[in-house]
Amino acid sequence: MVLLLQYTLLFASVLILVALGGCFSEHSGVINLGLEGIMVIGALGGALTLKYINPSLPKLLIVLAVLGTSILCGVIYSMLLAFACINFKADQTLVGTALNMLAAAAATVIVKSINIAENPDNVSSTVQYVTAKKALVVNIGKFQFNWFMLVALIALIASYIVLYKTRFGLRLMACGEHPQAADSVGINVYTMRWAGVLISGLLAGIGGIVYITAGVSEWKFENGVAGFGFLALAVMIFGQWKPVNIGLAALLFGFFRALSNVYSGFDFLAALNIPGSVYNMMPYIISLIVLALTSANSRAPKAEGIPYDKGSR
Amino acid sequence: MSAENKSTEKVSFFARPAVQSILASLLCIVFGLLIGYIALLFINAKGATEAIITIIKNYFTYPTKAAALKYFGNTLVKAAPLLMCALSIQFCYQAGLFNIGAAGQYVAGAGASLFCALKLGLPWYVCLIAAFVAGGIFGIVVGILKAYLNVNEVISGIMLNWIGLYTVNMLLSGVKETASPYTVTLASTNKAAVLPSIGLEKFFSNNKYVTIAIPLAILIAVLLKVILSMTVFGYEIRATGIAKDAAKYSGMKEKRNIILTLFIGGALAGLGAAFLYLTGYEQWSVTQSSVPGMGFNGIAATFLGGLDPIGTIFASYFIQHITSGGSYLDKNIYPSQISDFISAIIIYLCGFVLFFKYFLNSRIRNKKNNAEGGNK
Repeated sequence: MVLLLQYTLLFASVLILVALGGCFSEHSGVINLGLEGIMVIGALGGALTLKYINPSLPKLLIVLAVLGTSILCGVIYSMLLAFACINFKADQTLVGTALNMLAAAAATVIVKSINIAENPDNVSSTVQYVTAKKALVVNIGKFQFNWFMLVALIALIASYIVLYKTRFGLRLMACGEHPQAADSVGINVYTMRWAGVLISGLLAGIGGIVYITAGVSEWKFENGVAGFGFLALAVMIFGQWKPVNIGLAALLFGFFRALSNVYSGFDFLAALNIPGSVYNMMPYIISLIVLALTSANSRAPKAEGIPYDKGSR
Repeated sequence: MSAENKSTEKVSFFARPAVQSILASLLCIVFGLLIGYIALLFINAKGATEAIITIIKNYFTYPTKAAALKYFGNTLVKAAPLLMCALSIQFCYQAGLFNIGAAGQYVAGAGASLFCALKLGLPWYVCLIAAFVAGGIFGIVVGILKAYLNVNEVISGIMLNWIGLYTVNMLLSGVKETASPYTVTLASTNKAAVLPSIGLEKFFSNNKYVTIAIPLAILIAVLLKVILSMTVFGYEIRATGIAKDAAKYSGMKEKRNIILTLFIGGALAGLGAAFLYLTGYEQWSVTQSSVPGMGFNGIAATFLGGLDPIGTIFASYFIQHITSGGSYLDKNIYPSQISDFISAIIIYLCGFVLFFKYFLNSRIRNKKNNAEGGNK
């Protein structure tokens, strides 16, 4: 039971972080379908830091270093999206998809190259971080507390304050609702949209490293992050683009995802003898149902997905 | 290109849409290969030039003509399903729908065709129909969710990709080899399910995997071109894509069109899977934990092909050519995924095509205005 709670909170943290990322980007008016790819690159940065960092360093320093590299990688990678979609008015769906494919391919190429350089016979795309990973967790009784849970909580509160209580947040949302009106009162729409996308890169980058350190001590980068970036988008839609609702939605989805990790530990679930694949499918099926129920009267930012053209006011 | 010779009059050469599309695609390819080359240089500078040549040469690396022809056949065998996925995405894109679910529809097609072939022992044409229907049903689900419940087709498509993968893994675990995670071979279980080759294999040094799938895929591409450019249905699809509300206002049933488009798109992708798995070239692994990349590579092919069915034939071949070429790299120096990397770069660059055309057209217009400036 403790294990279920632990995994639920972990996966919910991932979903909160990435969904908030999507939330910032979409409130500024850019649909970020590249979240999945940003997660992979953020995860790659974090995993390599864990691999090379000296495990005897103070734990706090390790956590901060991992967090820092993941953020940096996520932000830099999200620039590719901002550059193409804001400055060059590219199709946001196409570029987002390209980023997802590029991230998976690039991460595999990078990890394989590193592995081959170390040992020519090792052609796997796996990064191991068994020892350094211990710095990320604190055992409280049976419950394994992960520092990233705290990070997710802080991100959730901060997002709420930034979006609703600051000038920056309100201006950001104006750019997603009616960019022409925002521009007419002197807000630079391009800058705001860049800010939205970069914040989404920051959050999704952290989300990536949290996902690949949840319960495992190595990651095979050929697999990417298994559609988690898109699950986060479903969470965002279910949460109606509002931070608090996103937090609750993430807990629900996190629960079903956690179930596929620990179902064999429950006697009554194991007795039902349902194949593991069914549990694996569960989060995706739930999200389809949830999307079907909530999309009809969605509160999506009105101008999302439409490139802003100063000339067409 | 015959257009090159007679381009001097009236419309300037670079103003032709077809020329612009081809030019843009060629630029994407050149830059994609260049960035791939730079990546190779970073990994190991010494062999990088040789490596990029290996990728571009693909089967030409074989010294004898017979061997080269045989492996040319293999590339074609895999290019056919890729073309089908690309056509699926393209057909939906014409209606303004981004069918990223092609990957899942492809998986559904693979599952249905292999289940009919291996478990039920049905002949190949029934298996093809099963794949067509299974892929189509996956498409319809996305279509209904989109048309009636306003669900973003990209997100529902991704969800169905994973649902499809796990379902097919469960479905096919009944017909897998006892010692391996792969499904039993068609040749040993049900020869009638193998696609007929009607003598095509003779052109490819008796490569038995070369079947009617390849000409069929090309035929379907031509058929789609005709449907899109010459029929009322095709016109309605494109109208829905360009201006959904205008199409609705002028009496087109836009909901029905969305569902129908995604059904056809899904069916095409499903058929594509049957085109591969019914040749016996590959077996399905029931333990695979990621969705096959064919559907995603289809996105590269369709945009590189300038969103035109005929252009997509060549683009699909090119993408498969470099993907196959990547497998000839020395695995102990370079990862073969460098080809996927190049494909992904190409898709990213395709995002700039619209801007490129806009830039080109405004340059041409400026030039024209400057030349006629005195008269007007």
